[in-house]
Amino acid sequence: MEVGLGQYLTVAAILFVIGVFGIFMNRKNIITILMSVELILLAVNINFVAFSAFLDDLAGQVFALFVLTVAAAEAAIGLAILVVFFRNRGSIAVDDVNTMKG
Amino acid sequence: MLGLQAFFFYIFAFIAVGGALMVVLSRNPVHSVLFLILTFVASAGLFLLTGAEFLAMILIVVYVGAVAILFLFVVMMLDLDVGQLKQRAVQYAPFGAVIAVLLLAELIIAVSGGLADPAPMTMTTALPMAETGGLSNIEALGNVLYTRYILFFQLAGLILFVAMIGAIVLTLRHKENVRRQSIPDQVARNPATAIEIKKVESGRGI
Repeated sequence: MEVGLGQYLTVAAILFVIGVFGIFMNRKNIITILMSVELILLAVNINFVAFSAFLDDLAGQVFALFVLTVAAAEAAIGLAILVVFFRNRGSIAVDDVNTMKG
Repeated sequence: MLGLQAFFFYIFAFIAVGGALMVVLSRNPVHSVLFLILTFVASAGLFLLTGAEFLAMILIVVYVGAVAILFLFVVMMLDLDVGQLKQRAVQYAPFGAVIAVLLLAELIIAVSGGLADPAPMTMTTALPMAETGGLSNIEALGNVLYTRYILFFQLAGLILFVAMIGAIVLTLRHKENVRRQSIPDQVARNPATAIEIKKVESGRGI
């Protein structure tokens, strides 16, 4: 039984769905939401790399590199916003966000 | 009997999926981050199996070494009420599970259908690896990254730069009552203002 494209896509699909499930389940815990987003981006990257390998196309790996870059930037900004929010409110309960002015 | 590649593929795949599940279900955010690291390492193994060595190493260095550690710092810096978070999380679990099952069913149908068959798509290859000849993965990637994709590469650098500035601006905090070095004050100092000469009479202090 050889490993084909379908197996990689299935693993990526499962990881993606776990990420989506995490966003729904931990709606009050923004740190876990950010981690779920990282999981989703990782699943996308697995898809890119698997297609890149099975189509003999390097463009997929180049794009996966850029997805990685954006994910790193997003994590940095998200966590910075989280730290500022915690400093102002003393908690990270997301339901309080609607009281912000602006 | 499974081949060696298939054997390692299933090991990494199960570790990745199990780790991802624990990220979502774990009670303690610190455990979540540690399972996230496990998932990243297993995915790096999957990347290695497909021949994307450079991305696998980048995943270890950037994700495990930087992003996951950043998460760990933030989780440990904020004091979280774990019990309260968990108790409220349960009420959304059934809804999330329904969505997840539906989405997974759709994706599996899409994957197991004709879409995943690479044969019809070989004509659309944008950057065939055959061009790269006997180069290693990192050489081939570098050859296109600094030539054909140089604009996107620079833009990625710009995005990281903006993210860095943004994170610093957001979290920087000026404290009161902290004495900082003031270079203009130091430069503007001259003997007339810096030295005060007093006549001291003998036998008495100042």
